Formats: sequence, structure tokens, C-alpha cells
Amino acid sequence: MSIDTTAAVPVGTWRLDPIHSSASFSVKHMVVATFRGRFDEFDVTLVSDESGARLSGTVEVDSLVVKDEKLAGHMRSPDFFDLERHPQITFESTAVRRDGDDLYVDGELTVKGNTHPVQAKGTITDPVVGLGDSERLGIDLETVVDRHKFGLDWNAPLPKGGTVLADEVKLHVELELTKA
Amino acid sequence: MRILGIAGSLRRDSHNRRLLRAAARLLPPDVELVELDPQAIKSLPHFDEDDEDLEIPAVEAWRDALREADGALFVTPEYNGSVPGSLKNAVDWASRPFSDPALRNLPVAVIGASTGMFGAVWAQGDLRRALGLAGARVVDRELPVPEVHETLHPEHGLGDEDIERELAGILADLVEAIRARRAARV
Repeated sequence: MSIDTTAAVPVGTWRLDPIHSSASFSVKHMVVATFRGRFDEFDVTLVSDESGARLSGTVEVDSLVVKDEKLAGHMRSPDFFDLERHPQITFESTAVRRDGDDLYVDGELTVKGNTHPVQAKGTITDPVVGLGDSERLGIDLETVVDRHKFGLDWNAPLPKGGTVLADEVKLHVELELTKA
Repeated sequence: MRILGIAGSLRRDSHNRRLLRAAARLLPPDVELVELDPQAIKSLPHFDEDDEDLEIPAVEAWRDALREADGALFVTPEYNGSVPGSLKNAVDWASRPFSDPALRNLPVAVIGASTGMFGAVWAQGDLRRALGLAGARVVDRELPVPEVHETLHPEHGLGDEDIERELAGILADLVEAIRARRAARV
């Protein structure tokens, strides 16, 4: 099966509509449940031209939102994201490929000062003309990372075996991008 | 550089207080270890979330002592397999308010001693976990000093070269964590 070239990503510079976008994560908690959180402040830019497409983004760690303020404080601390020393999470793509509605993005993710390659998979829409005549497209991407590679090592044993937090964390972005 | 030394045992002839003083002798000359008066911990009321917003002098003094320090060295005994209640109570007060807790991002290290065979190793693990949950920057090492009444001479300090070397290593890690934090904030 052949995969379309990067030219299939609509040409232009596409900027984030933060109101209609989200950046979230989920991780298995207490072995059985799925715990979810999100970051409310982040920025993404997609640039597509004759040389290919590039997707880049930054996330403000301080904008972390979880349901419990005690947990939110712990997750900003050195045990987890270490906000004081590493206030941003960043992503830079190294390859963007489109195959119909499917989108494959390889890139370098930096969390807590640790940079590792990740491969994300998802979907992309063709542009539509929205309100105010602005051209918009949608991207939905997911990847799974091992949090220990990024220095998020905290865990605690459960009384009868196992640990509180799983090692694998799913990252999910839903992006509405407007043509600049 | 100023490190606050906190002995978790309140009794007058505390082995852990002597271990704290032995640690002070191993610090570089430009590092000052300030020993917390045991009354600072003894005079804290029991932590009560209903009292979080009250201005309680003993609580304010304890939080100020942490805020005035560049880092903290906790020396804990072990009571019934864990951290003394009075010390855990002090950690709980310093973990609030959530908006700006005194322990948040503070570099800390934990060592401990007991007259038994295990050197307060469980208490140290529990205390490191509690300090991490409170937001501190915890040195991920432990120093169990077993049979401390045999190991620690009242005047000459540690009589065990291996323990002394390990203690010096933990103190070096704590000093490095403080320097790294300072460098990152400049």
C-alpha cells in the first residue's frame, strides 16, 4: 500500500483555535480505572508547503487540570512534571504523512527536559470554510508513551500487589486549526 | 547556603539529633546547617484542615524556618515501623496551603537511625514519600544507621567509615540539588 506524500496536507500556515481544541492524557490508575487530565493552555502550528508539512506545539505545564487540587499540586511537583524547572512540554515533528483521512506524525517530544521520539496516529480533515470566511481543518492525534522515559517515575505500591499508576500514558490532541 | 536540620525525635538525648550534628560536620565550609529547635515541632497543634487559614504562631514559625532555608535535612527515628507522628504532623502543616506550601520545590534529604537492626529504613521511605507528595525536591537516597547507640559516639561522631561515606554522599547530593535549583532560577 502506498502512502500519500506530505503534499496531501493542505498547503498553508495553520494556527490553533484554542477554544475548540484540547490536549489531554490518560493513564491506568489502581490497575482497573482510567485516570484523565488535560492542559488548558497550549499552542500548535502546522506549516505545509512544497517541501512538506511540519507540526509543532508547546504545552504550558501550569495549565494542568485534574479533578483534585491535592493531586494537581503533586503533579506540578518534582515527583511528576517539575513545573519550576520545566514549565513547558514541547513537540516538533520530524515526518508528517497523510493517507486519505489518516494522519501519521513522527516527532520529538520533550517532557521534563527529556526528549524522545514518538509516533502519533490519527485523522485529518480537508479544509472547510467556517464562520467569518476562515478556512479550518481538524486534526486528531494519539500516541502512547512510557512516562519513565521522560522522568515521571513516581509510583506507590498497592497493599495487595501492583502499583498505583501504570507506566504507559496515552496522549491525545484534538485540534481545530485556522489558516493564517 | 543554609540547610535546616530537623531531628524527628523530640527527646533530650535523641540519637537522631546527634546524627544530625555528625552530618553538620561533614558539610562543606560554605554550607551552614541550622538546627531546628525541637520545640518548633513539639508546639505545633494537630493538623486540622478547618484551621488551615488561621494564623497560628507555631505553624507560621515552622513554615518560615523552611522558607528561610535553601534546603532541609530530615533525620528520623522509627516508631512502630513509621515516621513519628509529631514529624508527620509537621510535614502536613508545611504541605499547605496548596497555593504556596513551604515545602514545594524545596530540596530535602532524609536519613535516620534506630537502636535496632534496621536503622529506621521504613520511616525514611514513608517520610520521603510524604515529602514528595507535599511537593519537595527529594534526594532519592536513604541512610539507615542501625544500632545507633553503638555506632554514634557522643563526641566523636560516626564510628563507621562506610556509614560516614554514605552520609557524605547524601549531603553532597542535597547540596548539588540546592545549587542546581539556584542556577535554574537565576
